[in-house]
Amino acid sequence: MEGEREDRVFKALADGSRRMLLDRLFARGGQTLLELTEGLGMSRQAVTKHLRILEGADLVWWRRSGREKLHFLNPVPIDAIGRRWIEKFERGRLDGLAELKNRLEAEDDNDRAK
Amino acid sequence: MTTTERSEFVYVTYIRTTVERLWEALTNPEETVVYWYGMRSTPEQKAGGAWSLVSRDGQVMDSGEVLEFDAPNRLVLRWRNEWKEEYKAEGYTRCSMDLEPFGETVKLTVRHWMEGDGTQFIGAVSNGWPQILSNLKSWLETGEIILMRYK
Repeated sequence: MEGEREDRVFKALADGSRRMLLDRLFARGGQTLLELTEGLGMSRQAVTKHLRILEGADLVWWRRSGREKLHFLNPVPIDAIGRRWIEKFERGRLDGLAELKNRLEAEDDNDRAK
Repeated sequence: MTTTERSEFVYVTYIRTTVERLWEALTNPEETVVYWYGMRSTPEQKAGGAWSLVSRDGQVMDSGEVLEFDAPNRLVLRWRNEWKEEYKAEGYTRCSMDLEPFGETVKLTVRHWMEGDGTQFIGAVSNGWPQILSNLKSWLETGEIILMRYK
């Protein structure tokens, strides 16, 4: 399931027009279809189709505001790609449990010191 | 972060866990400390209750109010920065967290937006959310996190 989701992200990103739509949403969130279509040289139908693919990959999220649909960029899937191939080489992994244990023990020590 | 005109951010992620387990991870300060830059998020368990985000050394970083506490599906916080004058001056933001079962996962949708017109604080917070959510996901799925400092 995770793999399928990742396939959809890469497919969605493999198109210049869709990447441009993401750039536009990065610059300004909450745009309507009309705003996103302006100055793109693409029909509204084409933009709708691209948005649907981006939504299917969870790269775009929308909500209603009155009669309008406002679109937003969801950066999480792109962040996950960066994390998978870049970040793990840069940062040491630490066990979350160990971190919790350290913190709770430090707190215990503080209490005892009071 | 480049200058943008964004005062509302959305993050959608899927976590292999249950709604109840994720709710616990989001609302229990002893657990937020693990994946949220060492911060304790302390929502009172009711609408109208107090909320704060407290650093490891006890400093209140952000604070506000619990607007909705609908366990285990929806949490909404009113949220203001407490440590940086220009952020605090922008006033309150709102943050909603929605949890929905989705196949073998839970779909978590975090929305964070300004009540007013400012964009500085929300821009700063928006840098942090992907890391926090990524930590949360790996914490719940593998019991491990990649610890990161707030940039």
